[in-house]
Amino acid sequence: MTLASELLQYILSGLTMGGIYALVALGFVIIHNVTGIINFAQGEFVMLGAMFMVTLVGLKVPTPLALIISIILVMIVVGLIEFGAIRSARKASPVTLVIITIGLSTAIRGIALLVWGTNPYRLEPFTKGGPINIGGATIIPQSLWIIGTTVVVLVLTYFLFEYTYFGKALRACMVNKFAARLMGISPQKMSLFAFVFSAALGALAGIVIAPITYVTYDMGLMLGLKGFVAAVLGGLSSTPGAVIGGLALGVIESLGAGLVSSGYKDGIAFIILLLVLFLKPGGVFGTSGSKRV
Amino acid sequence: MKDLTRRKRLRHSLIVLFTLFIFSLPFLITNNYYLSVLVIIGIHTTVVVGLCLLMGYAGQISLGHAAFYGLGAYASGILTSTYGISPWLAILAGAVGTGLITYTMGIPIFRLKEHYLALATLGLGLIIHVIFVEEVELTGGPSGLSKGIPYLSIGKLVLNTDFRYYFLVWAIALAAIILANNVVHSRIGRALRSIHGSEFAAKSLGVDTDKFKLQVFALSAIYASVAGSLYAHYITFISPSPFGLMTSIQFVVMAVVGGLSSIWGPILGVTAVTLLTEALKSIIPQLIPQAGGEYEIVIFGLILVITMIFLPEGLTSGLLKLYEGWRYRKERADEIP
Repeated sequence: MTLASELLQYILSGLTMGGIYALVALGFVIIHNVTGIINFAQGEFVMLGAMFMVTLVGLKVPTPLALIISIILVMIVVGLIEFGAIRSARKASPVTLVIITIGLSTAIRGIALLVWGTNPYRLEPFTKGGPINIGGATIIPQSLWIIGTTVVVLVLTYFLFEYTYFGKALRACMVNKFAARLMGISPQKMSLFAFVFSAALGALAGIVIAPITYVTYDMGLMLGLKGFVAAVLGGLSSTPGAVIGGLALGVIESLGAGLVSSGYKDGIAFIILLLVLFLKPGGVFGTSGSKRV
Repeated sequence: MKDLTRRKRLRHSLIVLFTLFIFSLPFLITNNYYLSVLVIIGIHTTVVVGLCLLMGYAGQISLGHAAFYGLGAYASGILTSTYGISPWLAILAGAVGTGLITYTMGIPIFRLKEHYLALATLGLGLIIHVIFVEEVELTGGPSGLSKGIPYLSIGKLVLNTDFRYYFLVWAIALAAIILANNVVHSRIGRALRSIHGSEFAAKSLGVDTDKFKLQVFALSAIYASVAGSLYAHYITFISPSPFGLMTSIQFVVMAVVGGLSSIWGPILGVTAVTLLTEALKSIIPQLIPQAGGEYEIVIFGLILVITMIFLPEGLTSGLLKLYEGWRYRKERADEIP
């Protein structure tokens, strides 16, 4: 294998994971923009999506139907959580809200442990077939599914935000919550919508990634963390930033693991993250610098 | 003025009373298990006091404190077991080393704000943790240090029982609290609170905010490092797992549950969280015999959520509010016969 094809290999596998990080990061950004909350339970949405999918497929539900039902189930769960926990703490400080989401994620993880146990589950790839050869590098069909899903979801999200009433109302809330309220947009409804939408993104990420990793009750922890990193890399309030942040993180990680050391994979990703933050304190796509007092 | 001195006296007498209470506890509790829980509470309190100083007074969050805790533990563990250096010197070396590392790393980190700052401390913590796991020759890798870590000793007295260790741990925890208390009520403390209030206003009044933030960050890391050393000499074995992100989050949870606005917050928060975890461990198997650790996690998470919803400013101010409400009603009742 030449260096060029090796590099291509790392970049392809990096983009696969990067697509997942981008979906999770997008969830972080949407919730943060609408509500100001850093939702540390985002990774658990991913885990729930994957778990529901594995269970439904195990019950012989056809894959496309199982996919839709799993996403809807996660949306319902998250909607209830938003309604029950986040709404009652609306007036709390940001740190308190972050701790609430940490508590929620702990509880969800615990419930998953109760229901599904510690055993890892496997999901069959969506399509059968051997690895595909591209310029000396190989890619498994599921990676194409992941990259494809990410692209489709991003395009759909873009249209939703730009051209629908809901999307416009959501964006209005992101720009100025007070003005949005004066225009008759209910921030409470938008908060619920932001959570449910992020839940759908997370669940989808979990479902498409399930065939290439094992599904375990604690898989959400690291995925959520990486999604947060990607979101911050992208500036935390920018949706394209989140996507690029996610892809960049995936590629950096994969290159670091391949070229330097796989044990230091996470370390390398975070060293680069720190360097980026030191050079651009507001994230790559963030508006850094002046802030009104 | 009179009111101020009275409050100061009240504060001092509270600390004295609490010290007496703490040092009389081991004579009342003879059960070794309870004593060991109290030792762990003391060790965690030292960390959380530092964290509270950083979060509550300087308004800066840190998600990397478990790593600083780990730096102390590994400094003590490696220096004493591999190089045979005196444990007390090793604790000092760990504290100085951690202080230097965090101070230098803090210079770029504290240019960041809010969530970026939280992420940078998280990143720093994760990098240190990866080093614990990967530097197998130095740290023993994931399975931990292979050689045993010696117990601490004062002169000929070896601190190898919970009863003896308890006094050392709590003496250090109380010293940490008193030092933090003095910092809070000094000129530096007022400067810190002004940073919490508004960094811009503080800067415009001539407060060197960057310097103060760095110093508090380094101080809180040193607290964590000393606590880590104490942990290493108590358990006498260390591996990377207690120094990961979950522990960092746990420290933040303890600080927030206790409340950030008072020096009593850390003790209350650490005690509540630790007792809750221990209680769940012993109560749940009695209620549901076949239950495993899962129920603990669920209930712990739910209790955390409920506490934060109903007492968003933590237990300390929640209790204070209850007390004030009670006093207010009592005064009203006295006025209207």
